[in-house]
Amino acid sequence: MTDSILFARMEAHPADSHTLARYEATGGYAALRKALAMPPEEVIAEVKASNIRGRGGAGFPTGVKWGFLPPDIRPRYLVVNADESEPGTFKDRQLLERDPHQLVEGIVISAYALDVEHAFVYVRGEYPRPARRLQRAVDEARAAGYLGRDVLGTGRNIEITVHLGAGAYICGEETALLNSLEGKRGEPRIKPPFPAIAGLYAKPTIVNNVETLSNVPWIVANGGAAYDAIGPEGSRGTRLFSLSGHVERPGNYEIVMGMSWRDLIFGLGGGIRSGKQLKCWIPGGASAPWFVPALHLDEPVTIDDTGRLGSMLGSGAVVVMDETTNVVAAALSVVRFFAHESCGECTPCREGTSWLQRILERILGGAGRPADLDLLLDVSDNISPGLRWPPAMTTICPLGPSVVSPITSIMSHFRDEVAAMIPGAVTAGV
Amino acid sequence: MSWDSDTRARAEEIIVRYPQRRSAVMPLLYLAMAADGKLTDEGMREVAEHTGMTPAQVYSVASFYSMYKRELGEHLVSVCRSVSCHLLGGDDVLAAVVDETGIRPGQTGAITVEAVECVGACGGAPAVQVDYELVEGVSPAQARALCRWLLDERPGFVIGDDLQARFGGQRSFDWGPAEPVGALGPVPAFEPYGTTGGGA
Ligand SMILES: Cc1cc2nc3c(=O)[nH]c(=O)nc-3n(C[C@H](O)[C@H](O)[C@H](O)COP(=O)(O)O)c2cc1C
Ligand code: SF4
Ligand code: FES
Repeated sequence: MTDSILFARMEAHPADSHTLARYEATGGYAALRKALAMPPEEVIAEVKASNIRGRGGAGFPTGVKWGFLPPDIRPRYLVVNADESEPGTFKDRQLLERDPHQLVEGIVISAYALDVEHAFVYVRGEYPRPARRLQRAVDEARAAGYLGRDVLGTGRNIEITVHLGAGAYICGEETALLNSLEGKRGEPRIKPPFPAIAGLYAKPTIVNNVETLSNVPWIVANGGAAYDAIGPEGSRGTRLFSLSGHVERPGNYEIVMGMSWRDLIFGLGGGIRSGKQLKCWIPGGASAPWFVPALHLDEPVTIDDTGRLGSMLGSGAVVVMDETTNVVAAALSVVRFFAHESCGECTPCREGTSWLQRILERILGGAGRPADLDLLLDVSDNISPGLRWPPAMTTICPLGPSVVSPITSIMSHFRDEVAAMIPGAVTAGV
Repeated sequence: MSWDSDTRARAEEIIVRYPQRRSAVMPLLYLAMAADGKLTDEGMREVAEHTGMTPAQVYSVASFYSMYKRELGEHLVSVCRSVSCHLLGGDDVLAAVVDETGIRPGQTGAITVEAVECVGACGGAPAVQVDYELVEGVSPAQARALCRWLLDERPGFVIGDDLQARFGGQRSFDWGPAEPVGALGPVPAFEPYGTTGGGA
């Protein structure tokens, strides 16, 4: 069994894992040759059999998504989401910089399987170095015949365009991304229709994350069943986690899901810096409700367990906070992010995010009012009625409800600490 | 000022990468910034002409995104203030930058200073970007030295690996071999809108 699919090459060959020469010398593009000898539907069947779920945040089964394409409409497009902008997340950057051919091969195999002639990679504008590495890999692959006209003599044409964003987190949302790629403002579309039915230029379009597609060469080379044999049911395969915050050893870790949070944070991450105690952590990016050691440390890191416990693995960003953390200041940082990144289309999101920001700012500044404790939850309830998990939607996209996560987190786990910062507020302990 | 033949050639090179001209508006806006040092009305008119959009449509798109800037100094210093950097002292780094340069976030002097959201370097917090080239693990003292260098030396371009070696610390991960490609100013260094060239 394998623990490393995505990072194996860069770990074994740090000096040149990003080059075509190294990629080919370590078995690269063999999966493409294998795929091209199979009927496209068999390639899709292998991806379905792998049971891989999308790594962009929502965890949707990739093979099922691919199956939504209407059979008779052309052209179809494949769009790779490399907009990685959720605070705490930096895994796709490592894949793009250190093993871009793995992604390129995944794109070409997927494009062949899905009968796509033109794929796009939407890289966030703040990633020029990853984009340069990717573009060089694309150029190398084209020169070697893996890409472009008549791929490896099969008569198939597959082109990849690397596109740079320009500083808007919301363009990571797939329909906002498609609008952006069409040359419009990056505002999300109302779904349905989903991109698989009407996506880029209103044509059937598959949107997948960088990490998702980087797994495709391995799946094709080893078979979907082999991938499906790794990790627990519902969370198959390896998965990248970005560890940051107050851990001893921050970084990206490729793990087989199912290990405990304790093993991830204290084992791989080396525990908390400077011998401090763990206070809480964000298990899956800024949109995810926070976990605390008393309730969650020995729970397994899987998509479904994390959902059952009221949060999500999301983008795989684990942000660790030690006992000295001012949770109001930390929550404000997250809330301000969403206020800054709201596209403004929906009133609850546009107004609610900045209202929450102002309340937290005044509490932090010592000018909070006792009523602010209820107000935080009232405003949150207006954005996400019932404060349920997964959140109820009053908005076009899930960014709006995401801002509620840090609020409910500090109010359910650290209410006394928040109250103690407000003159005249009553804490339960008093 | 209308685009010279080199810029027009680059524009056409970009446009053919897309099935529809309008999709080239974002890269062409970068091209316009690279040509003029910032986004100008003339630049947007050129972009409109090349994409078949109206200048108002181009303006509407440009104003949606934070990286198309109408005011820019020789270099752009972006300090991350999102949660992972916040936890490890990003606020102090921003304060050091403001103090050393005398330029407040969002303002432009000889250089432009801004506070930004997560730049994808959270494992190397606190993170700073200079013209979108990344520097990880930056202390307040290093941030000061970086600003002094930009203000005193007025470098014509910046190279990410050099910045990291001189002003950075802990990184999110091993970057692999250095690459001698740099940014010529506050536009992402991605061909064909303006890099120092070369490649690794
Ligand atoms: C506000 C918001 C931001 C998102 N940002 C990203 C992102 O940066 N990268 C990404 O792959 N998916 C992001 N997503 C998820 C995408 O909408 C989409 O589900 C994903 O790219 C599909 O790929 P996957 O099935 O391979 O996960 C975001 C979603 C939302 C609502
Ligand atoms: S929820 Fe917020 S970000 Fe999403 S579409 Fe509405 S206003 Fe825009
Ligand atoms: S939070 Fe600063 S780089 Fe991600």
